Amino acid sequence: MSYLLTATCAVPAAGAVVTAALPAGNSEARRRTTKAVALAVSAATLALTAVVAARFEPGGPRYQLTESHSWIRSFGISFSLGVDGIGAVLVLLTAVLVPLVMLASWHDSDPAPAPEGSFEAKRRTQGFFALILAVEAMVLVSFLATDVFVFYVFFEAMLIPMYFLIGGFGDRAGGPDAGKQRSYAAVKFLLYNLLGGLVMLAAVIGLYVVAADQDLATFDLPTLTNAIADGKLAIDPTAEKALFLGFFFAFAVKAPLWPLHTWLPNAMGESTAGTAVLITAVVDKVGTFAMLRYCLGLFPDASKTFAPAILVLSLIGIVYGALVAIGQKDIKRLVAYASISHFGFIIMGIFALTSQGQTGATLYMVNHGISTAAWMLVAGFLISRRGSRLIADYGGVQKVAPVLAGTFLIGGLATLSLPGMAPFVSEFLVLVGTFSRYPAIGIAATFGIVLAALYALLLYQRTMTGPVKPRMEGMPDLKVRELAVVAPLVALTLLLGVYPKPLTDMVNPAVDATLSQVHQTDPAPAHPVAATTGGEHE
Amino acid sequence: MSPTLWLAAAGGNSASIPAPHIEYGQLSPMLIVFAAAVAGILTEAFVPRRARYGVQIGISLLGLGGAFAAVVVLAAQGHATTQAGLLAMGSVAIDGPALFLQGVILLTAVMAVLTYAERRLEPRLNGHGVDSFAAQGGAVPGGDQEREATRAGFTTTEVFPLTLFAVGGMLLFPAANDLLTMFVALEVLSLPLYLLCGLARRRRLLSQEAALKYFLLGAFASAFFLFGTALLYGYAGSVQLGDIADVVSGVAPVTPALTVTTQNDALLLIGLAMLSVGLLFKVGAVPFHAWTPDVYQGAPTPVTGFMAAATKTAAFGAFLRLFYVAFPGLKWDWRPVMWGVAILTMVAGAILAVTQQDVKRLLAYSSIAHAGFILTGVIATNRQGLGAVLFYLLAYSFVTLGAFAVVTLVRDSKGEATHLSSWAGLGRRSPLLAAVFALFLLAFAGIPLTSGFTGKFAVFQAAAAGGATPLVIVGVLSSAVAAFFYIRVIVLMFFSDPQPQGPSVAVPSPLTATAIGVGVLVTLGLGLLPQYFLDLASKASLFVR
Repeated sequence: MSYLLTATCAVPAAGAVVTAALPAGNSEARRRTTKAVALAVSAATLALTAVVAARFEPGGPRYQLTESHSWIRSFGISFSLGVDGIGAVLVLLTAVLVPLVMLASWHDSDPAPAPEGSFEAKRRTQGFFALILAVEAMVLVSFLATDVFVFYVFFEAMLIPMYFLIGGFGDRAGGPDAGKQRSYAAVKFLLYNLLGGLVMLAAVIGLYVVAADQDLATFDLPTLTNAIADGKLAIDPTAEKALFLGFFFAFAVKAPLWPLHTWLPNAMGESTAGTAVLITAVVDKVGTFAMLRYCLGLFPDASKTFAPAILVLSLIGIVYGALVAIGQKDIKRLVAYASISHFGFIIMGIFALTSQGQTGATLYMVNHGISTAAWMLVAGFLISRRGSRLIADYGGVQKVAPVLAGTFLIGGLATLSLPGMAPFVSEFLVLVGTFSRYPAIGIAATFGIVLAALYALLLYQRTMTGPVKPRMEGMPDLKVRELAVVAPLVALTLLLGVYPKPLTDMVNPAVDATLSQVHQTDPAPAHPVAATTGGEHE
Repeated sequence: MSPTLWLAAAGGNSASIPAPHIEYGQLSPMLIVFAAAVAGILTEAFVPRRARYGVQIGISLLGLGGAFAAVVVLAAQGHATTQAGLLAMGSVAIDGPALFLQGVILLTAVMAVLTYAERRLEPRLNGHGVDSFAAQGGAVPGGDQEREATRAGFTTTEVFPLTLFAVGGMLLFPAANDLLTMFVALEVLSLPLYLLCGLARRRRLLSQEAALKYFLLGAFASAFFLFGTALLYGYAGSVQLGDIADVVSGVAPVTPALTVTTQNDALLLIGLAMLSVGLLFKVGAVPFHAWTPDVYQGAPTPVTGFMAAATKTAAFGAFLRLFYVAFPGLKWDWRPVMWGVAILTMVAGAILAVTQQDVKRLLAYSSIAHAGFILTGVIATNRQGLGAVLFYLLAYSFVTLGAFAVVTLVRDSKGEATHLSSWAGLGRRSPLLAAVFALFLLAFAGIPLTSGFTGKFAVFQAAAAGGATPLVIVGVLSSAVAAFFYIRVIVLMFFSDPQPQGPSVAVPSPLTATAIGVGVLVTLGLGLLPQYFLDLASKASLFVR
């Protein structure tokens, strides 16, 4: 049994503890030590995940590098980890983004003038970086867990560090009541997700009760999914539907799916740009990932039953998110609504139940993570320069800070899925995958692309072009640290746009395995025979 | 009355009353506690007032610690498993469940004594720290005598021996193997508790009202229990649980003197129902729960914590023994009724708690809901269920004591500030205390990684295995409702603005701090690494007959 996966999760967890325990104090030197330690830990985590990805064999068994440690034997709970193709790419995404988020947030936790002896003055930087590492550790466990209970625990535990990240650290661009807004956003985030979590807990227990009733008293995911696929574990259809909804509700809140999305704009708007990226690019991915792995794997029949309804909701999310994004006055909230639209695409790809759809959805999770990170972080750099989140306060940035404007444009173009950029591949796959089973929904979803062009380009036009607004003259361009954040993201966006094969190779076997659990094959093309014979006759 | 009856009863037994054989070794936990209680009473009589406090604490902790050591030794000698047996002419059973619950009760009592002994929370009087008990229990509230006693800095150190007597009764209650011993144990544990409830230093009228309510309703419940005992004797010709079971299943020969009444099902069922009323009252199950909120609110908070934890443990122990040893053959008769009681208890406890505005009342309703969850395990009627209930009681006791200990610390000028509105923003003022209380609330709610989750899961698992799946569904749903009111308190503590004249958090002495600390450790320990204790509970889950 290898301990590679445990190590991958343990390193950031231990790093969080160490970072939190570093000597307190507000001196520049102390803060720099804290940041360096945290960054080194996240780099080490990235190295470990690279090893995981390198040792992962796409053609091999579904779950690899598996390990299992007995935890609560009486309840069939063990700390089991294993990585499949979908998990592998998301683990990579997380490990790549966290160091970049840290770099981007380098000064966000520096204390504003704060009363002597307060938390602000003493432990703020340690707290911020420790929380980020804690979130990373929990997200990694969620992606790697092959035990339903372990997954649940970490899926929920994530709320605690996220709550403090949102509630404790803002972007300093808010108005006089920014503190109030921020704690409102944090509480809203917590309560929404807690509600989802409690419902899911009931379903987790219910699943165990049903399985134990048929002598499968375990939380082990492969055992359960195999038993369900073989028909050894037959869940009563009504119970299956209820359990599916219990799981799905929690994931739909997390993802978030319309109409459970309303916490996201508050959380992303009030937190720092780094935290916002952590929310939308990393933490929320656990929700969509879990739909793919848990909802489809454990409740295949219910998934098929509810798929059309979920597709409709995701379609509404796509259009609604994009429309509302167009009307936003606040840059970060605009990005948040754009994300809601994108999550609609991801969920649509998952529940279209086709291989293109699900491969596309998985790629979409990665690409959305990268492109939104680029867009949001550059927006964060912009906001930190001017001290305002309002679009109306900006104009003519491209004249004073051309590099900033240029990378912002790339981020925006990636978000609107310009061909050649990474998100185009995934969005195309999702649309094709959806169209082949539900043509009407596929066609309607393409409106999302048009609207995306509107909100992304309008934002660029309003902020970057035109005359230079007052208080914008002499605005510095991107610094070296900021370039170091943006460059890898832009590079990945372009690279994965033209050469997504390494990712698709990893993802495809896992997607096929998921689909076979649902007993679903891709629909045959509409008139393949007619087309070929027609060709012969002519 | 027929002559035969007279002759058989008198002639048969008077000639040969056997000298009772008492196994002092196996009874030693109870004997030690009772001895300590007697020593405590003598202390009150002969030791000067100033020295009593220290002496009483010493005696209590020594007695409880010694009794716990005795329990551990007995368990190590195999009295919980292979050596389990009936003692004292069959009136006491020492077996796995009895020893396990005695251990839990003793540990709970140690923690309770620590919170009783706390003297740093109340303002000092006459140069002496005072505890949360009335200066002089007999003084009229607001009267001259009370004022004098208060000014003199008197304290009621009698609470320690009273508690020891209650603990002695609680140790006997789950071990009692015949109905009369059970009744005696019930009274021995209840009477000191009635007194303790009325001894609050602050809000004495509320406290005395609570004591009176508890006493009156408790007396009714005891009467029910005794009447049930009589009817069952009429049915079975014996008060021993094993003999009753034999008569129920038709194995035992009918006592000639009772041919008229024996196996009269009406006697059996009515008797069983009356016993159940007595026990359900003690565990606080709906519809016999009405006393709980008032008594919990009025009693001195350390007593509330002790009562909520230890009484429930002892009463469920007796409950389990009664139904598992004496009436397994009647499973199909009592289970449907208990289903109803469990469902009502869970739902009512969870829903009524939502509307509460007082922390102690909230915890009272939560304890009602928990009684429902534990009943779910009782209804499982399998070994798993028994082990699950034992574990649940262990987990619940420590969480409850810890939570009430926290309540004693949040104070304003009028004493404890139990109104929920004054807890708003506590997390900003005193983050550590609020975090600890939040942990206890999460454990009550059954959130994973706390002992509450492990306990609930074990109980639900056993109930589902015992065929009570609908009960599990109700349980899970009412847990979700209950979780909301616990989380509501957490939200209030952390996310609301503090009141301008809000309460302050008193700094406790190491006594209360230890009690709370142990509560936190056990809550986390049984949540993170519960396997050893689950094994222990499941090893202990076999009754002797």
